[in-house]
Amino acid sequence: MNVEQLYEFLREKQEAKGYFFNRDTPRVFDLLRGLQQNMERYGYMCCPCRLAANDRVWDRDIICPCVYREPDVAEYGSCYCGLYVSKEWNDGKVPAVYVPERRPPEKTFGVR
Amino acid sequence: MKNQVKLYALSTCIHCRDTKEFLNKCGVDYDCVDVDKLQGEERRQLIEEIKQTNPACAFPMLMIGPKVIIGFKKEEIKEALNLE
Repeated sequence: MNVEQLYEFLREKQEAKGYFFNRDTPRVFDLLRGLQQNMERYGYMCCPCRLAANDRVWDRDIICPCVYREPDVAEYGSCYCGLYVSKEWNDGKVPAVYVPERRPPEKTFGVR
Repeated sequence: MKNQVKLYALSTCIHCRDTKEFLNKCGVDYDCVDVDKLQGEERRQLIEEIKQTNPACAFPMLMIGPKVIIGFKKEEIKEALNLE
C-alpha cells in the first residue's frame, strides 16, 4: 500500500470516529511515511515521534492511533505527533500548541 | 560531541525535523543524533544518559549547554540561543 492509499484508507475510517488528518497534507504524508518506516523496521506502526522498544506487546499503547490520541485531541486539539486533530483545530478555532508526552515515564523502561 | 548545542532526535519524528530545519535556518552549529538509528551498547548507554534529564524519553531533546528543551518550542529555543 503506498502512502496515498494509506491516507485514503485511514482518512475514511478515522473521520468516522471524529478524528481528522492535520490540514497540512504534506506534513501528514511525511508522518504516514514515518509510520510505514516503523512498520518495516519493527513490524508495527509505532508512533513516528516516539522511540520504539521493538516489542509489539510492550509498545501497544503507542501503535498508531495511540491510546493517548483521545485525551490529547480532547485537551489540545491534536495528538502528540500532530497526525490527527479535531475539526476545530483544523478550522483554526483551537490554538496549535506543543502537545507534551502523556505516556507514563515507566513505559520507557522497555526502551533500551 | 564537540558543539555546545546537541540535538537528540528520531529519524521519523516530524517535530525533530522542524527543530533541525529551524536550527539550520538560524545558522546554529549543533551535533545531532538520531537515537532510533543507534544499536546495541551505544544505544543503551545513550538512552540511560537521556533518561537522567528526560525520564519520558521524549524527542526532540535539545541541549544548549546545561539547558534542556524537550519538544519543538521555537520561542524557548530562540531565547536560549539569544536569537532575534
